Amino acid sequence: MSRVLEVENLRISFPDGQGGRLYPVDGVSFSLERGETLALVGESGCGKSLTSLALLQLIPPPGRIESGSTVRLGDIDVLGLRGERLRQIRGRRIGMIFQDPMTSLNPVFKVGDQIAEGIRAHFDVSRAEARSRSFNLLQEVGIPDARSRLDAYPHQLSGGMRQRVMIAIALAAEPEILVADEPTTALDVTVQAQILEVLDRLRATRGMAVLLITHDLGIVAGRADRVAVMYAGQIVEEAPTARLFARPSHPYTQGLFASVPRLTGPVQRLTPIGGSVPPPSAWPAGCRFRPRCPKAFEKSELAPPLLPVEPDHRMRCWLAETGGARG
Amino acid sequence: MRRWLLRRTAQAAVTLAIAITLLFVLMRAAPGDPLSRLQGDRLLSREEIASLRERYGLDQPLLTQFGAFVGGLARGDLGVSIEYGRPVTSLLAERLPATLQLGGAVILLNFTLGLWLGVRQAVRRGSREDRWLTVASLGGYATPSFWLGLVLAWLVGVKWGLLPPAGHSDPLLDSGAGFLERTVDLLRHLALPVLTLSAVTIATTMRHQRNAMLDVLRDPFMLTARAKGLSERAVTWRHAWRNALFPVVTLFGLWLPILVTGSVFVEAVFAWPGLGSLAAAAVGHRDYPLLMGAALLTAVLVVAASLLTDLVYALLDPRVRLS
Ligand SMILES: Nc1ncnc2c1ncn2[C@@H]1O[C@H](COP(=O)(O)OP(=O)(O)OP(=O)(O)O)[C@@H](O)[C@H]1O
Ligand SMILES: [Mg+2]
Repeated sequence: MSRVLEVENLRISFPDGQGGRLYPVDGVSFSLERGETLALVGESGCGKSLTSLALLQLIPPPGRIESGSTVRLGDIDVLGLRGERLRQIRGRRIGMIFQDPMTSLNPVFKVGDQIAEGIRAHFDVSRAEARSRSFNLLQEVGIPDARSRLDAYPHQLSGGMRQRVMIAIALAAEPEILVADEPTTALDVTVQAQILEVLDRLRATRGMAVLLITHDLGIVAGRADRVAVMYAGQIVEEAPTARLFARPSHPYTQGLFASVPRLTGPVQRLTPIGGSVPPPSAWPAGCRFRPRCPKAFEKSELAPPLLPVEPDHRMRCWLAETGGARG
Repeated sequence: MRRWLLRRTAQAAVTLAIAITLLFVLMRAAPGDPLSRLQGDRLLSREEIASLRERYGLDQPLLTQFGAFVGGLARGDLGVSIEYGRPVTSLLAERLPATLQLGGAVILLNFTLGLWLGVRQAVRRGSREDRWLTVASLGGYATPSFWLGLVLAWLVGVKWGLLPPAGHSDPLLDSGAGFLERTVDLLRHLALPVLTLSAVTIATTMRHQRNAMLDVLRDPFMLTARAKGLSERAVTWRHAWRNALFPVVTLFGLWLPILVTGSVFVEAVFAWPGLGSLAAAAVGHRDYPLLMGAALLTAVLVVAASLLTDLVYALLDPRVRLS
């Protein structure tokens, strides 16, 4: 297997309004193998979107990526790129799908043109050729009557159709990595299933690696190869999907599972985690989950590193040292 | 779209009719009439005044006067100016070109330089350039145009003698002068009045454009545009600016009539032979037919500008055009 994306110690900061800076993403590391799907899971506000935007240097100012962070695409150091070289990476090596299809398309341009634009930004092809490729893409993402939809404006399409257009845009320059940031959150349940189906199909036919960002563990099973759970700007647990579902180890992950009704496995009490993710300004010292953690103990006052649970399973909790028992 | 256009045009016509009626009533309700002023000056005898009154129809009931006015309007006849003794239409037509030159130049400057500066400010928000342009535009906005006009006319026009301080063309210009020479002469005369009027208007245009751009730059589709690998230029001008144009189109609809008639001060300062100074004189003379003609022209411009604004809006925004 070859590694297509490697993120190391990613830190993103914003001014806190009082002369200092806050770090809503604080030391995130993960990697993606060719053709692999990694799910990045966490509650609202934990830093998922910022993490994905940083991959293409899309953090809106005054936010910035701190030095010491690394994003590598093969042997390209993405965070060192500027101007034209950065532009050539965007869309070409990584394609992005955003959460809200109602606002992610430009309202004044035809959808066919918005796709063709992504093609012509990276390939030296004629308008006619770009249009015919756009048509193929619309068909590929399952838009009926694709020929006439090329000339539709976004407001003439439903939410599900718009998200398919968004996917077509992300695929326009044939990237090897697809980043989907909560691609179904804004959609009806039935439409959600259709969009996920499209993504599954494309992943299989195109052999793309996918970073699937979601707060919904329900769509992870059977779709992702590995799962990284994020909390308060950090990855707190990472494991192959099957193992994580069989044996979630971090108290936060266990809490997430407890709040998802399950059809299989041992019947559990539904105990959603009390409280919500605190904003970056209110993160405690030591383990950041400590105030909400039912298993917190003395050592939680020290910040834990990612510790091995199994060879390919790690978590950011001191309990890993004692196999789950409190020391 | 066609039905929308028809409906919108019909609306405009009704608006115009109401405006004409109101104008007529207001004008007659104002105290004083043109002939009593002549009488006060003892220039004419009581009998002469009465005969003049009869001649201009001022002795008729209001409704009859209105009927005569509307009838004339339908024939493209706005009556005869009391002060100048010439048809109002020919007086207006005589002054229109100078006004259009001045207003047109100001609008052109606003919608090129003003928009460009506003977009730059938004793209470089918080930079030194942005802050300086903000200060400059506030200064321009706060400067009364008649004062700025006087200062420019005196300093640039009289003291330094760089540009003509007044007038529309050089009276000494050889009548055989070529097109180029005439154009240069016109531009030199236009420079100071245009600068004066632009200082205030461009400040407003810049501000509107900057804010509109800042709003659009926050929209999620801007992220999409960048993420697909477009150049910053395409991101700014194709994706952002195209959407940030709507608020300034509205502004254009507001500028148009103001620039045509609202430049009274500036026309006075620079002795610019436009409609503004004509209308000002008509007010002083209580020259009803002329005043009515000028007001009517303004009303037509206001209605036309709003129609034009809606039309441009519709052409720019598929959500309006296709609904
Ligand atoms: N433009 C910004 N300015 C200041 N702080 C920001 C900005 N964008 C994000 N943040 C901070 O970063 C945190 C993480 O934001 P992010 O959008 O990555 O969360 P998320 O995990 O994607 O959540 P969601 O599920 O709501 O999309 C937020 O809680 C917020 O405090
Ligand atoms: Mg998000």
